Amino acid sequence: MIRSQRWKGAAFTVPFQLGFVFLYLLPIGYAVYQSMFLQKQSGLGLGSATKEFVGLENYGQGLTDAAFMTSILRVVLFACVQIPFMLLVSLVLALALDAVTSKVAGRFRILLLVPYMIPGVVAAIVWVNLYSPEVGPLTPLGELFGFDWNFFAPSMVWPAIGNLLTWHGIGYNMVIIYSALQGVPRELFEAARLDGASELRIALSIKVPFVRGALVLTALLSIIQMLQIFNEPALFRNVTPQTVSDSFTPIMIIYNQAFNAGNYHYAAALSVLLALILGVASFLFYRLTSREAD
Amino acid sequence: MALTENRKEDGAENGRESGGANGTATATVPPRGRTVRRLTRPDPAARSRGGQRFLLVGLVLAGAYSLFPVWWLIVASTKDRVGLYQSNGLWFSGMHLWDNLHQVFTYEDGIFLRWTANSFLYAGVGSLGGTLIALATGYGLARFDFPGRGVVFAAVVGSFLIPIALLTLPLYLLFSAIGLVDTPWAMLIPCLINPFSVYLAKVYTEATIPFELLEAARIDGAGELRIFFSIVLRMMTTGGATVFLLAFVNTWNAFFLPLTVLRGEENWTLNLGLYNWSGKRLESGIDVTSLVLTGALLSIIPMAIMMVAMRRYWRTGVTLGALK
Repeated sequence: MIRSQRWKGAAFTVPFQLGFVFLYLLPIGYAVYQSMFLQKQSGLGLGSATKEFVGLENYGQGLTDAAFMTSILRVVLFACVQIPFMLLVSLVLALALDAVTSKVAGRFRILLLVPYMIPGVVAAIVWVNLYSPEVGPLTPLGELFGFDWNFFAPSMVWPAIGNLLTWHGIGYNMVIIYSALQGVPRELFEAARLDGASELRIALSIKVPFVRGALVLTALLSIIQMLQIFNEPALFRNVTPQTVSDSFTPIMIIYNQAFNAGNYHYAAALSVLLALILGVASFLFYRLTSREAD
Repeated sequence: MALTENRKEDGAENGRESGGANGTATATVPPRGRTVRRLTRPDPAARSRGGQRFLLVGLVLAGAYSLFPVWWLIVASTKDRVGLYQSNGLWFSGMHLWDNLHQVFTYEDGIFLRWTANSFLYAGVGSLGGTLIALATGYGLARFDFPGRGVVFAAVVGSFLIPIALLTLPLYLLFSAIGLVDTPWAMLIPCLINPFSVYLAKVYTEATIPFELLEAARIDGAGELRIFFSIVLRMMTTGGATVFLLAFVNTWNAFFLPLTVLRGEENWTLNLGLYNWSGKRLESGIDVTSLVLTGALLSIIPMAIMMVAMRRYWRTGVTLGALK
């Protein structure tokens, strides 16, 4: 390629590069910089606050902050239950779609994608009201079957949020897995059938291994999302603040430190920590799943 | 059987883009006719009727689970307060949809319309600008070999992992330093740079723009800008529409960014407004449940129309983005 042409090609990417510097690199650098300072009141709090360099002190505090660590543990534990469950349901539905006639599959694919069309915040609003003992239909339904469930009780909040996330996510994940299934060479099934394999056996031994890549990817995307969960607990907090505290998830803590406690430097340190944890978690998950494949 | 109808519509509509994702299946579209279909893939129903029925029951249950909240929302928005609290949630009781709509559109001087317009503005204009930048960048990355190309692409992929809080909080401080907080710019500017759009645009360019075509255009004396605007962009209409649609949905659904950078009600998005209404009872004791529910139903409509109208684009977008 001619030299001048290369530079013209590079020019196409310049607007993005500039934007990336201002909207990604600069804010991250600023957050790292801010995270090493602390707002200190001089004297008895009468004088103006001064910014003092404290090095990594905020990080040390973050790592020993029981509320922050608890929130991370809470979200990780939740992810370990909800994500496998959601993906299993999505996988089963994708396999079911793949096994029925195309007419049926086409109709159900659209039907099952309806939740995905609804914005996350609106989905949370709808479910919070479905759970509500006053207006929701689930409480009378439970009574009908002899359950006395209260979805806003401390023990029920995670299952309630988990159900909401599963409802919202199965359609999207199912479509990804289903499209991967379409790539399985059909001749394989014929060969397996001739060898006397049952449909279930074909699904488990041919189809599932074939969509492994799609499963790893959907799991990774779900993990990244889950560690940053904010909207759903925030909406639940609207109706049940005594159960969903303002330190329920890591992002909620960061938001509160920054905007309610005015502790911006600490919030910056926590968000850098969260980014590192996210990076490590994604890397570990990726390594773990790609090693198994070899 | 699954091969036939799906393939016909998928293959015809977006075979070019989704060829990689759908692989062999797209390549072997069977000709019309039942006998041929039977040969390529025997009717599963013929093999096991019981199994088919079992699957169908499972799918119907899953479909009911997916739809009943939406059904409940539709029913709830037709009820007045008494009906909402006292009648069976899954069936109608009186018809008060118009009263509820009237209430939503006139509440606080029609602030709901303002939020709707804001959501359209941020998602529409922001995504349009973002898509153009992404297409140019994707084209540059896919079809030119310049120093630093690898670094730019690594930055694009690496940024998928950056938590939104890490970006949004310092962005808030930077924006407030230059006086952009609480203006539409605080929403529009971040939408212009979307690494995922760039990634998609690069994948689409690789799939649709052949090197030979660019060479031919250059030999004919076309300048690089002219090639981009009159050849590349035209060939990328499908890819561009997909990138735009996904960016639009993303911005429409955004919550953390508007919550952080928008303060005054008049600049809020629909999501932010509904969140605020939903928390009203807690703050002031006023019950606005039917307002929230009717508003929620209304806010779904534009998204649903958009997704249905452009379904072939986002289907490829979802699968391509996921599988490449």
